[in-house]
Amino acid sequence: MTELRFDPNLCRACATVDCLVRCQYLDLDLPGARIEKDLILDGRPSRVLTDCVTCYGCEEYCPHGNHPFYLIVERQEQLGIQPAPAPITRQQLIMMGDKNDAPPARVQAPVIHLCAFPMLAGGIAGPLYEDASVIAGNDIFCNVMWLHFARNSVIRERLPRVIARIWERYLRDSGVDEIVCYHDECYATFTRIAPAFGIEVPFRCVHLFEFLAGRLEALAGRVRPLKARAVYQRPCSNRLIPETDRWVDEIFARIGVERVARRYDRGTPLCCGGVLYAHQRDDLGDDVQRRNLDDMQAAGAAFCVFNCPACMLSLGEAAAERGLFPIFMSDLCREAVK
Amino acid sequence: MDHAEILHRCFRCGYCKLPGNHVDLNCPAYLESRFETFSPGGRMWLLRAWRDGELEASERFQRILFSCATCANCTEQCVFPKFKDRLLDVFAAGKAALVEAGRVPPAVRDYLTAVFDHGNPFKLPPKRRTLWAEGLDLPRFDGQAYLLWIGDVGAGDPRGRQMARQVARVLQRAGIQMGILGPDETSDGNEAAALGEGELFSHLARQNIARFRERGVRRIITLSPHGFNALSRLYPAHGGDFAVFHYTQILARHMDRLAPPTGGPPLAVTFHDPCYLARHNGEVQAPRRILARLPGVTLQEMDRSGKNALCCGGGGGNYFTHLLGEGPDSAARVRVREATATGTAVMLTCCPTCLAMLESAAVSQNLDGRLRVCDLAELVMERLDGCS
Amino acid sequence: MKDHGAMQRIVRELAAIVGDRHVSDAAEERYLYGRDMGTMPPAPPDMVVLPGTTAEVQAVVRLANRERVPLVPMGAGLVLSGLTRALAGGIVVDLKRMNRVVAVNDVSRYAVVEAGTSQGMLQAYLKKHHPTLKHSLPDAPPMATIGGNVLIHGSGHMSCAYGFHSDMLNGLEVVLPTGEVARIGSCAVSDYWFARAPLPDLAGLFLGWAGTTGIVTRLAIKLFPRYPFNDVAIFVADDPAVIPDVLGRLTAVQVAEDMTAWMTPKPAWAAGHQHVNICWGGHSREELICKRDLLRAAVRDYIQARTAGFMPLPPPLKKRFTRLPDSQLTTFADVRKGGGFEYVGAIMPVDLFAAAYRLGVRVAEARGVAYSLGARIIGANHCMMFFFAYAFNRADDADVARAQGALEETNREVIALGGIPWKAEAPAQQAILARMDPSTRELMARLRRAVDPNGIMNPGNWETER
Repeated sequence: MTELRFDPNLCRACATVDCLVRCQYLDLDLPGARIEKDLILDGRPSRVLTDCVTCYGCEEYCPHGNHPFYLIVERQEQLGIQPAPAPITRQQLIMMGDKNDAPPARVQAPVIHLCAFPMLAGGIAGPLYEDASVIAGNDIFCNVMWLHFARNSVIRERLPRVIARIWERYLRDSGVDEIVCYHDECYATFTRIAPAFGIEVPFRCVHLFEFLAGRLEALAGRVRPLKARAVYQRPCSNRLIPETDRWVDEIFARIGVERVARRYDRGTPLCCGGVLYAHQRDDLGDDVQRRNLDDMQAAGAAFCVFNCPACMLSLGEAAAERGLFPIFMSDLCREAVK
Repeated sequence: MDHAEILHRCFRCGYCKLPGNHVDLNCPAYLESRFETFSPGGRMWLLRAWRDGELEASERFQRILFSCATCANCTEQCVFPKFKDRLLDVFAAGKAALVEAGRVPPAVRDYLTAVFDHGNPFKLPPKRRTLWAEGLDLPRFDGQAYLLWIGDVGAGDPRGRQMARQVARVLQRAGIQMGILGPDETSDGNEAAALGEGELFSHLARQNIARFRERGVRRIITLSPHGFNALSRLYPAHGGDFAVFHYTQILARHMDRLAPPTGGPPLAVTFHDPCYLARHNGEVQAPRRILARLPGVTLQEMDRSGKNALCCGGGGGNYFTHLLGEGPDSAARVRVREATATGTAVMLTCCPTCLAMLESAAVSQNLDGRLRVCDLAELVMERLDGCS
Repeated sequence: MKDHGAMQRIVRELAAIVGDRHVSDAAEERYLYGRDMGTMPPAPPDMVVLPGTTAEVQAVVRLANRERVPLVPMGAGLVLSGLTRALAGGIVVDLKRMNRVVAVNDVSRYAVVEAGTSQGMLQAYLKKHHPTLKHSLPDAPPMATIGGNVLIHGSGHMSCAYGFHSDMLNGLEVVLPTGEVARIGSCAVSDYWFARAPLPDLAGLFLGWAGTTGIVTRLAIKLFPRYPFNDVAIFVADDPAVIPDVLGRLTAVQVAEDMTAWMTPKPAWAAGHQHVNICWGGHSREELICKRDLLRAAVRDYIQARTAGFMPLPPPLKKRFTRLPDSQLTTFADVRKGGGFEYVGAIMPVDLFAAAYRLGVRVAEARGVAYSLGARIIGANHCMMFFFAYAFNRADDADVARAQGALEETNREVIALGGIPWKAEAPAQQAILARMDPSTRELMARLRRAVDPNGIMNPGNWETER
């Protein structure tokens, strides 16, 4: 039931191997990529499996939507390749584990799913979020992070429980059938990963950006254009749902913010570095962060806009030191609506 | 006593004795005494011993309890979440238990009796309650935008009266439409509550709330942060639902309405944050915004400022009861010494209690020629009028 | 035991020395000064005095000597092991009025302070007046005194680099039990308090003696460069047996100022794991990174084997581990909503890490006591202060007794393992003495008789002749 929906024949027949050739970290040419791809398909050790930074970029690059990254993770786990030391992974497994201790609650639309970040609930306020309900906590953590730790098995084990809880604890009895996913991770989990693993999702999901764009349109008369330039830190999880990136442009247009062009945005975003440090690859983490920050700084923006809390944790302070004001997309929008 | 169930949870680690930056002792009672017993933790442990019958409510025990200036440094600095928020409630409950048992220092008894009998601790007859406003052309409240609430110290203390006049004048100058209760104003009860006399406080609160309602008061400006605290934070539990502001908050908003200051000579000042404004109510910006709008005036912060400020020692009724003493280690004297260490010659505050305490301390400390203690409104008026 | 009249006379004489306001024989002070936050039973003094100068201390000591009244010197009273209880009554000498920073030498990097100066106040003073210097802070609340902590052989956030706080002592001024004021270290000869060498080191007469050999009134401690950039990493492993090797590798790099292991059953993600916090500083970001890389290289084998590694710690989360003092440690007192904890701090060779860890878990779990374990590394793996912290509910006598039992058992077992309880409770001192080389014990007794012929100094502690 939770078999990965991956078509090996399609993969074998792929002429471009974009997943690996376009990888920003592995530096593979087409012949080399083919070799590594075949090793992966055969379930044999490949340097991709050990060197992958788990940026999710290959999911975006695959022209067939064939989930090459989920396969990489699958193979890492099958071959016992641990991106992070065992105690670190084990701690994260417990830290992000569910306790199943929250009581059922009535909610009303829009239901904002804050995932494992209840500390952000204070930001769900103001006209943009009028009448919104908030659900949050480890019990409804989307669990997409295990892709970084070679643990598809954890997603398979935990995700059905999480989906059931969201539905049974909050939505079903409230007569609500839709959640707004504050984070890319959650939207990607419910709209991409769950189907890829054959896990059913009984509710609909709206990406925060689509929600915000809609609210900004409805509140157009109250929007005060910010007249600012911003760089955007596109998170890894957005690469599972690249079609939602266009909402960033729409939101920025509605609030008078210019998305300053830079090298590491849109199709070539750089990892925030957080995962690299968890993988004990500090040298690479330093390098990626430095390049990213240099690029942000050179863009000459006032804001550094994040949508991922992990990216904010990893890069927020450093961005501020470079003179960029770190801010969540949601908070930036709230600033524009008075 | 109320809150007895948490007395044992104080570890007595001593964070409560210091400000957040640890520069010096910041609990007025402990600073003055230096006995552990006078620290917040000591008080917690002694209350537990008293409750358990291990100690009597001796005169010293009473003094230890009632010398707490309710400055809230302990609640600000205690490192135990949630527990910390109840520290002042515990001390108030301890004092209430002593009041209930009739074991209070004579000065506390006299204070409470005066408030009960006269509606104010100065035993002012109603007519003399308006001494401060003579010649100011301040109408009685009759539906104006604001009620100006003066409070006991503004009405009864000579220095407080001077401050009250200047606050009223500067608000008038800013075009604030306001009235006063005049002889009908009685104690707001903030100190009665701090001294554990809950019934007296409730009586005063209900009485004042009824009076406000009768007159249609909706918005109130207070002279004193103590009154601000009572009206904004304590009265809602008794049905008070008024918009309450400290005068600095209103003034900060309306500085642009005042005639452009002519400037005046450069003047360096330091500012003493009143506990009931900064720590109890989180307002540290309004006074500084006012100062920032005064050309030529520069603010030199003391080592302890904002929520780290050292109390003047007048809170918790100590202005009236003098249980904290006036020796060289009294909070007020330490505070004026700290002010002079900034190199400024003017120490500002915005509370009549602080003003009276600090000015008196400056005299005791022989600083009266070198350090001028005055209210923010007084400085604003001076700068507006172009005199120094 | 003096009669009431004699005690009243002593109170009056003390008042004449320090002023009325600074002496008390009231029930309130006797109650509070008779106990600390740990599990030791109360032992109230007859009175408490707060001297403000060395001369006042001297006069108090002379009076006590004349009257044969015990003296109990006290700093913040935060040892938790009851060392400032008045086991034989007498006078508690609370030194916290003596809290002046007397001098700071920027060039030779030391500070002379009065013994009652608090850690927090010295830290703030240095930040303001000597921003390039700092002293080693213990993991105690900021009210803990410099004097108290140095004299009990405390350790702190620079101990990995520079040893015990007593190793950072340059000299001291002490009022001897017979009332003379002596200076120890270079200050005995020079106006500078720069070192204890090259003189015969008499500081040992006052370090670790729990106030039984005199009242230290001033001391000079070493200061160190304050780095503008600071970083922390947390190394995590499962197996306690590998920790001595891990610590050996990390300390061999010699860049860490502080290295502290911690093991705790809560939160759940920490249970069963061995964590080692490593703190270091630098004058630039590049220096920080360089030092980090050296540390990582030292434990690369573990990382590559994926058996251990560094916890991911984004910059905002690092603040929790670099904040000094760390108030989070104090909140352990409230894990049982009971306001109490005490710990055995055992000075041990690092070799015994795994055995100590297993001992702590066994004792705590067998007795049902909430616990937290850890070890501060002293020097380049030269030894450690392994702490076995047990929380209790002060309002629950049975719970206090459970914690006390755990502490007693831990003290015993630590000694059996080859460690020595630090700032030991009076009963634990006896256990140490029982195991001590008899000649050493006799030497201690002889020294004590020599410096304190009337036996007035903190009796009940280090009683070698019991």
